[in-house]
Amino acid sequence: MLTTVYALLFYVAAVVLVGGVAYRVWQYAKTPVPLKIPTTPAPLTRGGVVMRLVREVVLFESLFKANKWTWLFGWVFHAALLLVLIRHLRYFTEPVWGWVAAMQPFGFYAGFAMVAGLLGLWARRIFVPRVRYISAPSDHLMLALLVGIGVSGLAMSYVARTDIVAVKAFCLGLIYFDWQPMPADPVLLVHLGLVALLMIIFPVSKLLHAPGLFFAPSRNQADDPRERRYAPPLRTPARSAR
Amino acid sequence: MVELKIRAPVQPKEHPDPSEIPTLEPGAMADSKPYSASEEHQTAIGFPGELVDDWKERAIAKLGELVSTSRGLRVYLDTCVKCGACTDKCHYFLGTADPNNMPVARQDLLRKVYRRYFTFAGKYFPWLVGAEDLTEEVLDEWYSYFHQCSQCRRCSVYCPYGIDTAEVSMAAREIMDSIGKGQKYCNEIIGKVHKYGNNLGLQEKAHRATLEDLEEDIEDETGVTVRLPLDEKGADILLVTPSADFFAEPHIDGLIGYAKVFHQAGASWTMSSYASEAANFGMFIGSHENMHELALRIRKAAEDLQVKRIIFGECGHAWRAAYNFLNTLAGPFDFLDQNYPIPQHICEYTYDLIEKGELTFDKSQNDHIRLTFHDSCNVSRASRMGDEPGGQFDIPRAILRATCNHFYDMPADTIREATFCCGGGGGLLTDELMDLRKKGAQPRMRALQDVADEHGVTHMAAICAICKTQFAKVMPDYGFDMDSVVSVHQMVSNAIVLDGQITDDDDDDEEKAEAPGNGMDAAEEQA
Repeated sequence: MLTTVYALLFYVAAVVLVGGVAYRVWQYAKTPVPLKIPTTPAPLTRGGVVMRLVREVVLFESLFKANKWTWLFGWVFHAALLLVLIRHLRYFTEPVWGWVAAMQPFGFYAGFAMVAGLLGLWARRIFVPRVRYISAPSDHLMLALLVGIGVSGLAMSYVARTDIVAVKAFCLGLIYFDWQPMPADPVLLVHLGLVALLMIIFPVSKLLHAPGLFFAPSRNQADDPRERRYAPPLRTPARSAR
Repeated sequence: MVELKIRAPVQPKEHPDPSEIPTLEPGAMADSKPYSASEEHQTAIGFPGELVDDWKERAIAKLGELVSTSRGLRVYLDTCVKCGACTDKCHYFLGTADPNNMPVARQDLLRKVYRRYFTFAGKYFPWLVGAEDLTEEVLDEWYSYFHQCSQCRRCSVYCPYGIDTAEVSMAAREIMDSIGKGQKYCNEIIGKVHKYGNNLGLQEKAHRATLEDLEEDIEDETGVTVRLPLDEKGADILLVTPSADFFAEPHIDGLIGYAKVFHQAGASWTMSSYASEAANFGMFIGSHENMHELALRIRKAAEDLQVKRIIFGECGHAWRAAYNFLNTLAGPFDFLDQNYPIPQHICEYTYDLIEKGELTFDKSQNDHIRLTFHDSCNVSRASRMGDEPGGQFDIPRAILRATCNHFYDMPADTIREATFCCGGGGGLLTDELMDLRKKGAQPRMRALQDVADEHGVTHMAAICAICKTQFAKVMPDYGFDMDSVVSVHQMVSNAIVLDGQITDDDDDDEEKAEAPGNGMDAAEEQA
């Protein structure tokens, strides 16, 4: 029963996540960009734009300019999350890929860094009046959700160890449609339940900032309007020109 | 040795930090509103004359239309994570302490309605994501706070996703116009350009007379005949400049500067009475239709006058509209000489001549001036000059250094891409918003005070008609003379040595006083 519920939950979550994000990306991609609006100084070439986006994604360049604390907490959280996700690949690969195995020790500590970064961001949201003013309930709940995932994950490593061999069997079973029993460990149930929830709300929440960044014309356009005429159909042509 | 540890009493800073963050005062600026456009102003530029009966439905439909035709707007409304990076970046927030002037809060005024009607979360869980119905109160907030954004894009520089509040406020104004709730200042002016070719409503005859007067003034001053040609068919260069350059101080001194540069370069140039305006207020109200209409005037003038090049005078948003949009809206400009940038900025033109050694300056003519430079927002964050990113910062400074012995930059976090708006941009340069304009100028004025104290700076050069008018108006409130703002090409005009010029230093001091009548006030509303 439990296995069935969680297996179906994850299939639904995966479909919603992939389908939802794909739909949003398709929606962004098909929406026209009527004018050149890069925030300047901007790169002059497509190659330069790629580098600008890489710096934004890897280093959070603009955020660094804006606010060092938010940058620190935000960057630590995201970098740690990446390491944690890499570490989790071991549950979905058999045999475990060499580089994933090599990353295990980093991912181990990253769990703490991730939660620390989230708590830093949450503290700002609560204690900085400007950030508190702009926060909706969903902003707090999103942090609660992520902290819940991080803490329950850490708990399984440090407090109430779970049967990770069985967990891996369950995960692989999902991938190969050969369901294996889900260990009835309450912490695991919470952890996986929250992860599924996160996957489901991703396409309808502010988590869309991940794909969104790549579609922001202020960041992804090259500064070359004089060198190359930018000529999409006009959004609303002048009456005298219709 | 006795150690006496005396703690120096904490000195109050002589002048506060330009970026000092105020304590939030919710609602502080809720009553700040520009005058509404009359029926006549509205209909003249294609909008309903008054608030339509089904305004709610039409506003929501318009919002839907805009998000499906502008990727930037859609992405910006979706991707904000409320990280707070922008919250202390807006000059209007720093100056007014009203939390709705934090860029994200301003965006949220539109975002909450977008969420309510166009997103899953907002339709089914509005309380969770701060989604709200469109009501009269919300519309009222829109009208107030989307007219407290100068579309300067400073917040966009700092946003990790590049969210540009300017795009959001343009969209909001476009929606309001489409339901009949327009703003008088912008809409009246756009109507004037459609009718007369410029923001001032200046007609050809008066335009020509003004230019002739200026020619006389220059000849009196220098002994050299410098022309300011109008509608001369077959000239090489069409100069398109903000119409404030014809009347307002210190704009007019900039225009004299352009003329002297063209003269000294031996260029064949002309202005147009049909396209006698560089400004494009269609941008401020987000109306592509009006923006296009205004851009087409410039194309037609260039075709009719059979010029080979188009050069723009000193104006911030006009340079954005020209540099980034002109080619899209009114191109391709196949009939122009492709060996020159299309369009070109007057600073690029002057800088090229300086680089080639074709201009001679007597920098001592500017020795009474200790100068700094105000980077105009649209030039800084929405355009470029020259071949390299950041040329828009370096080229004007190179011109100023070539023409003035004493140049000092303001603090680094208040210039270049981090520059603070003058407080009057984006269609807000109107008297009824004076309180907002003064408060919005605060960060820039504090930065200026810094270099005034540190380096004895007496003047600030600007490169935008709106900045110049705004500063001339608000600087007295901050303890500076209204004439301490100067045009970049005014510095050029002071220092340039024309061939055959009479070099009588004694004349120089008197010239400063000559302002044509009360041009300042006349141009105030139209700059």
